[in-house]
Amino acid sequence: MTPDTILILVVLTNLRLLGASRIGASVRTVAVQGILLGLLALLVHHGEPSSSVWLVAVGGAALKGVVFPWLLLRALRSADVEREVEPFVGPNASLLAGVAALGMSLWLARRLPLPEGAHSSVLVAVALFSILVGLFLIVARKKAISQVLGFLVMENGIYTFGVGLVQQSPLLVELGVMLDVFVAVFVMGIAMFHISREFDHIDTHELTTLKD
Amino acid sequence: MVLALILIPAAIGGGVFFVLNDSLRRVLLVATAITHAGLTAACWVWRPAATAGGWLVLDAAGLLFLSITSALFLAATAYAVPYLRREHDHATRDAAEGFLFSNAPEAVFTGCLLLFLAAMTLVTVSQHVGLLWVGVEATTLASAPLIYYHRHHRSLEATWKYLLICSVGIALALLGNFFLAAAAGSTPLVFSELAARSGQLNVPWLKAAFLLVLVGYGTKMGLAPLHTWLPDAHSESPSVISALLSGALLNCAFLGIIRTQQVCAAAGLGVFSRALLVDFGLISMAVAAVFIVGQTDFKRMLAYSSVEHMGILALGVGLGGAGVFGAMLHAVNHSLTKGMLFLVAGNILGAYGTKSTTEVRGVLRGLPVTGVLWVAGLLAITGSPPFGPFLSEFTILKAALDTGRTGVAVTYLALLAVIFIGMATIALRMAQGASVRVEPRRESWTAIVPPAALAAVVLMLGVYLPGRLTQLLQETARLLGGK
Amino acid sequence: MRATSVIPPLLALALSPLMPGVINRTKAWFAGRRGPPVLQAYYDLSKLLRKGAVYSRTTTWMFRAGPIVGLAAMLLTTALVPLGGEPAPLAFMGDLILLAYVLGLMRFFIVVAALDTGSSFEGMGASREVTFSALAEPALLLGLAAVARLTGTLSLSGMSGAVSLETWRQAGPVLALVTAALMVVLLAENARIPVDDPNTHLELTMIHEVMVLDHSGPDLAFILYGAALKLWVLAALLVGLLIPVRTGNPWLDVAAALAEIFAVAVAVGVVESSMARLRLVRVPQLLVGAGALAALALILTLR
Repeated sequence: MTPDTILILVVLTNLRLLGASRIGASVRTVAVQGILLGLLALLVHHGEPSSSVWLVAVGGAALKGVVFPWLLLRALRSADVEREVEPFVGPNASLLAGVAALGMSLWLARRLPLPEGAHSSVLVAVALFSILVGLFLIVARKKAISQVLGFLVMENGIYTFGVGLVQQSPLLVELGVMLDVFVAVFVMGIAMFHISREFDHIDTHELTTLKD
Repeated sequence: MVLALILIPAAIGGGVFFVLNDSLRRVLLVATAITHAGLTAACWVWRPAATAGGWLVLDAAGLLFLSITSALFLAATAYAVPYLRREHDHATRDAAEGFLFSNAPEAVFTGCLLLFLAAMTLVTVSQHVGLLWVGVEATTLASAPLIYYHRHHRSLEATWKYLLICSVGIALALLGNFFLAAAAGSTPLVFSELAARSGQLNVPWLKAAFLLVLVGYGTKMGLAPLHTWLPDAHSESPSVISALLSGALLNCAFLGIIRTQQVCAAAGLGVFSRALLVDFGLISMAVAAVFIVGQTDFKRMLAYSSVEHMGILALGVGLGGAGVFGAMLHAVNHSLTKGMLFLVAGNILGAYGTKSTTEVRGVLRGLPVTGVLWVAGLLAITGSPPFGPFLSEFTILKAALDTGRTGVAVTYLALLAVIFIGMATIALRMAQGASVRVEPRRESWTAIVPPAALAAVVLMLGVYLPGRLTQLLQETARLLGGK
Repeated sequence: MRATSVIPPLLALALSPLMPGVINRTKAWFAGRRGPPVLQAYYDLSKLLRKGAVYSRTTTWMFRAGPIVGLAAMLLTTALVPLGGEPAPLAFMGDLILLAYVLGLMRFFIVVAALDTGSSFEGMGASREVTFSALAEPALLLGLAAVARLTGTLSLSGMSGAVSLETWRQAGPVLALVTAALMVVLLAENARIPVDDPNTHLELTMIHEVMVLDHSGPDLAFILYGAALKLWVLAALLVGLLIPVRTGNPWLDVAAALAEIFAVAVAVGVVESSMARLRLVRVPQLLVGAGALAALALILTLR
């Protein structure tokens, strides 16, 4: 399994997210993406990865692949929410937008000069693509859970970038980033629970009381 | 010493969640605030050495922002304890919509408040790029429950917006950090090292990194057009929290931006980064002006005023030279003034029960001391002498004229004037006239003394700058590439 | 044009009616039945050729022309598609575009014949068929374009000759994506589950069968034979471009290709037995998804 194959699988998971119509499927796809990125972190290190790399990769995969989906699905279950993704932009249009975003990220990646030690030529493009898909999901979906998933996908994209390019990411910072994302998702889950309790739905499109 | 500054609030904040006795919790809160302020004051006299391998260093800029944070936190705590005692344990009726709501458990409030202080301290002392990011993200996560103190749908909406927008912004800042790492190659990711070895940095990556960091931390700082969470969060959270958010948190995000700008300037991208800062600054001021005129909610008005002042800070640093000194002085002035204004607004809200600018009348008669502080605060924040902000805004204006940027100076003055007219109309209308709802009453001294103390400091800063402060400001300005 | 290049079309003509037989046998095996004989399609064709055709009074010459033109188009495609590394008889640069258009021609005439009857059921089926084919077309063309870019030639026979195990090792993901996209196109074009259920007897749920409801006798025989040829041609395309077995001996290559084509038929049978037909509103999403995969493959070859 080369890094290239994993990156293409990541692109496929992103496309699946864009076309998904059920929230359960979306959550599971993001989990798969998290595990793939853990694998990528292991594969990218030439030679024998040190124990700290193992820790970060396995820990990250466990967190994103197991803990987050469990948290989010639990929040969903207690919120008793309808399991359909309610999009502003339908699945067909989202898929086409995704392909356009892929083309754009490939073009952007071509323009950024490749720094030394880059492991795969597709990596910058896939990272940018994940970030764009994450932002698209945050903007084009109505439910709060979809926005949290979009945030996770964006973080995955940034993590992909970090894995491929940063040569000196000390363990502390990696762990700090992961901890922050974990707590962010945790707090967002709690907020979603409160939203569902307060409003009987998690449709953030309806949160329009505060405005000028 | 630096570690103590971070770890003491963090540890006590974590422990306070488990304390069941209310009085003990409040005592711990006050004690931590006083300890933190004491340690900060000690840092003025004996500057602590670098710790943690050069990652935690209290340089001039850090000390300045840390002092602002600590002072404001002390005043806020003094205000908060009686506030908690009042708000505690009973359902309140919402004035605007009339439903009953409860408040969050006090343990959550106190704990998150202390963790918030620890996170902000971490931001001010960290020299490592990644650690600074962790601190800023931690402030977002610690302050979200604080915004959701009053448990009703408006504050929940504000909290969700805050959480999502700031998280996305900070994620972009993380990408910017990775770009910075790509630009740095093998240079350690410590700001001072990056500035020192700026010749080895890869310029295109650095440019992209600065852009992302500006947008990312700018979201947190409240630069337009990324400020959309600010009015909602500031208007729905308790006034104490609004004071801390405006006065301390926005500054910490700004610190992230200016440290990156320092690296850019050293690498030769100074013109590029400063131009961006000036543009964002002017846009923020313009957006704030548009939304202040005719504003119907006085807490939102103060929030937009924060957007305006963050724009002034960005403008000051963007102008360079004496503008950086002016911006640093303005950071001090704005934080103290805005903190005072929010606490006073809290008093008004508590007495009148409404945030509407049209319904509140006659504050000068109903709440005399509060009314005086309100008018004084308004004059201060819009830049009237003899208060502090006048001096700092004037310094920035002078820097604009000295560098020959008359267009910028004229726009700056025009926007300041518009904002002055907008805010003055609203605030004076609120202050004068017969008191609509409230009989003239004795105000509790605990609600008056903290804002009054802050007002006194701001007045003093308008007339006399202490030598130590001037020294620190000049050192900060030199560090950031100004004069 | 070599003498041996006549073999792929001859094999197609002779063996294509076996494909529906293999598919039905696979489905029967899954269902625990014995199922119809593998040669059933031959029996059906000979029976139909001996019968007379009945033409509705509302139809014109287009109704009679439809099946004939369709069959003629499919016969042309058998001459375009290579088998087992052997170039096709009519191979030339850009023949993949001709292939796509000839398939479109066949579809067009069948649709026109269906609309000619004036019945509402045929019209409904025709509109569905045309929509789904329009959505499947980008997937087909983009997938072929990706392989063309990878191998550097615009001729199907050239592509078939150039793809080898080495290509899989170098650009595996691209070929995998194109395989997936072409498989979806195959299912869509041949009106198989999950796009259409060939066994349904409810006209409201039919897409392809409803268009051929009014044909009888030799016309129906031509349509059935044309459908079998279409299945063969698309399977041969999939196999020839993407799963090459090149042992050096041309006879072995052809035999291997034949085995693979029948393996594709078995795979179709497996898919038909394990899935239900998709809701009609979901079919466009499946096809756009296939198109996105093909576009992704093309983008990957462009960098």
